[in-house]
Amino acid sequence: MNAETTSRQPILAIEHVAVHFGGLIAISDMNFHVGEGELVSLIGPNGAGKTTAFNVITGFLKPTKGRVTFRGTSLNGLKPHEVTSLGLVRTFQRTSVFDKITVFENVLIGLHRRTAASLFGTLMSLPKERNAEAALREQAWEILKLVGIDHQADELGGSLPYGDQRLLGVALALAADPSALLLDEPVSGMNASETARFVSLLNKLRAKGKTILLVEHDMPMVMGVSDRIVVLNYGRIIANGTPSEIQNDPEVIQAYLGQGVKHA
Amino acid sequence: MKRFLPYIAVAFFASVPLWLQDQYFLHTLVVSGIFMLAAMSLNLLLGYTGQLSLGHVAFFGIGAYVSALTSLGFSVSIFGFQITHEPWPPVVGVILGTLVAGICGYLIGKLAFRVRGAYFVIVSISFAEVVRLVALNWVELTNGPLALPGIPPLTIGFEWTGYATLWGKAQNYYVVLVAIIIAYVIIKRLVYSPFGRAMIALRENETLAMSVGISVTKYLVLAAIFAGAMAGTAGGLYAHYIQIIDPMVFMFLNTVTMVIMVITGGKGTLAGPLVGGLIFGLAPVVLRSYVGPELQWILYGLLMILIVFVLPDGIVPAIERWFGRSSGNADDQRPLTLETSKAPQS
Amino acid sequence: MDQLLQHLVNTLIMGGTYALLGIGLTLIFGIMKIVNFTHGELYAFGAYMMYFFAVILGMDFFLSIAFAIVAGMVLGAAIEFTLLRTKRGADIDTTMILMIGAWIVLQNAEQLTWGGIAKSVPSPLPTEPLVIGPISISYLRAMVLLIALMLIAGTYLVINRTKLGKAMRATFQDSGTAALMGVNISAIYTMTFALGSALAAAAGALLGPVFVIAPTMGDLASLKAFAIVILGGLGNITGAAIGGFILAFSEEIGAGYISSGYRDAMGFLIIIIVLLFKPTGLFARSERIG
Repeated sequence: MNAETTSRQPILAIEHVAVHFGGLIAISDMNFHVGEGELVSLIGPNGAGKTTAFNVITGFLKPTKGRVTFRGTSLNGLKPHEVTSLGLVRTFQRTSVFDKITVFENVLIGLHRRTAASLFGTLMSLPKERNAEAALREQAWEILKLVGIDHQADELGGSLPYGDQRLLGVALALAADPSALLLDEPVSGMNASETARFVSLLNKLRAKGKTILLVEHDMPMVMGVSDRIVVLNYGRIIANGTPSEIQNDPEVIQAYLGQGVKHA
Repeated sequence: MKRFLPYIAVAFFASVPLWLQDQYFLHTLVVSGIFMLAAMSLNLLLGYTGQLSLGHVAFFGIGAYVSALTSLGFSVSIFGFQITHEPWPPVVGVILGTLVAGICGYLIGKLAFRVRGAYFVIVSISFAEVVRLVALNWVELTNGPLALPGIPPLTIGFEWTGYATLWGKAQNYYVVLVAIIIAYVIIKRLVYSPFGRAMIALRENETLAMSVGISVTKYLVLAAIFAGAMAGTAGGLYAHYIQIIDPMVFMFLNTVTMVIMVITGGKGTLAGPLVGGLIFGLAPVVLRSYVGPELQWILYGLLMILIVFVLPDGIVPAIERWFGRSSGNADDQRPLTLETSKAPQS
Repeated sequence: MDQLLQHLVNTLIMGGTYALLGIGLTLIFGIMKIVNFTHGELYAFGAYMMYFFAVILGMDFFLSIAFAIVAGMVLGAAIEFTLLRTKRGADIDTTMILMIGAWIVLQNAEQLTWGGIAKSVPSPLPTEPLVIGPISISYLRAMVLLIALMLIAGTYLVINRTKLGKAMRATFQDSGTAALMGVNISAIYTMTFALGSALAAAAGALLGPVFVIAPTMGDLASLKAFAIVILGGLGNITGAAIGGFILAFSEEIGAGYISSGYRDAMGFLIIIIVLLFKPTGLFARSERIG
């Protein structure tokens, strides 16, 4: 296995993390870092433990062993909303948006962390709270424009085309004001032009200095956008390096050939 | 038009005692109004956070007993200590009832929201039953099944204005009307704020809500505090209006009445519990000349079943959808949504 | 000590019927994911049917029990057929509200049919109690326990030894896969609800002659059944059987040593305590999250 190949300041560290479900070992001993402003992809065959890793990092699942730290703070034992409040925000593969709520309100909900409203002020409808609400609406528009779905603001989340739902999922995460984003298969099910749109969004986010950890099956896209790739197989990291290193790693090729090459 | 509807409704209901001659009907309106208030509070939990609380009558009953005991005075011994309380004015009782019910909402929320779905429903019922059994068995405090009679009616005023005692139905009617308006404004401001959005987010998708930083416990408990306190106010008003309460106030059927009001009118809508409350509050008046109480309850039960099959969202969303369709306004076709991005800021 | 022994015997007798009640409810929840608020009404219905067959029609006591159970089964199947069949896949709140509606209808229909005055069914067995050393048991109660245990054993056999039981277990594990394997899910649901209802009616038919029969007797039965089921873990049949005895024991102890007024509070306290410390019930295995 390659040594840590980032020269940047590591902000997210996964150290000796193991997850067991009864007798089943989902992750055996996972170690990797993500540097400030870096885009790291986590890849591997289905069932390799990628989503489990996300669940551990974001507090949805307690690891059996090991620890996760973000900007020096241990995330062990934190609830998901507490992890989010540190600026580490994720998206989901399946439940990515609030279906029965408009796109605009979806983003307003996402902005929860940025609200300055106090309960008392809200009940009294004080000017401070009304201004805060107006400011939130401004921010919601900015995020919708950044992601490129502002023209669908009044549609219901669940009625958007699939690709746009994924974008809305990212908008929701962005609304939560992340310094690091965890994206779980954001382009799965997208067509080529939607994927291209998504890649340009990723580049915009990188330009804003966001750190990104990506789980994805779309190999051309992963190879194109990643600074570094971590490869998981059977709950174990089998490779960690730049896209070109990964492409030539015999163990990675073996793992993917053994499963049948899907996207590569 | 829709914007002025609440004002028109208030003006109409404010005028009722001026022209309504039938005192029994007015009495029904007062009691319905009190139950509407309770239903509005339940709607906060059931409609906005999506937690089906079937123990809501506990808060109502706690408010009623606290308010009654505060204004009647009591003397009990707890672990050998004799605690005696001299009567305080009924208004103080209602306020204390509201506070105690709100605190109970906090405690129960903290405990019960560890579980969801069927478990939560059953815990909430159990809580109400425990409270009922305490009211029944702590005879020294509550008089048990013999009831607490002679609860004084509300008095309003200050030392320098003199006090007015609200014996009449019309006076109580206005008190309840004002309470409903205040509750409506509080609930409206709450649900249209980031607080309410967090509650709705939890209702729609708890996992996703957590991922954007919404604390599940905090917002569910917050809803439980408000819901508990408002139900407590309703209970206090009930005690001072009816002037006698017994443990029957904790009857599960009272919770069911509130639930029927909310789901018939439309859960998660501001007007839903009011519309549902009016229908089920006044239904007995209409029905009682035709059918006995059992048949009346059977009709309620059938109506509840019918609503699930025919209007699963309730009456208010159905009306909104109908008007939305006829006027071709797409925005109104969404009962679950809060507002559109283009809505004017208030 | 003697008093404790008597309490234990009483526990055993009440526990048998409680277990019946709990198994019926947990079966319906486990397989259909429905919180059945009509369960207590089926219990009351069983008791009234007992009264109908044994007192009004003057039929044999034991035959009346059998008939009451069958009547409960038929009513259960009818409820499932009219209300739940078209609402398959609806969320738990929707079916819960349906069941609350059905419960109100059933209870008031009972009140309308039989009136508010409590009914009693005379026991054909000797009324003087059987005294063994320090404890005394009425013949009727001993017989109630015996029949309850037979019915519990019968339910176990149905679930573990028959083809129907196999299909029920498969549906319980994973209804989607069971359907793919050729199990008629709709029929299984109807039979599950009918079986659960029959058990509730059996509990009512057995306890009806022990106590008195009143229209509101179903309310407490429902709530106790919930307590039992929570105690054992929702959907856990063995848990419900044990839960029935635990509830009976704590009620007996609560009434005997604290205050008889709080007998009925024990179940709710149990619910609250269990959910605080072990929300999945006392006998649940930890589940995989994810």
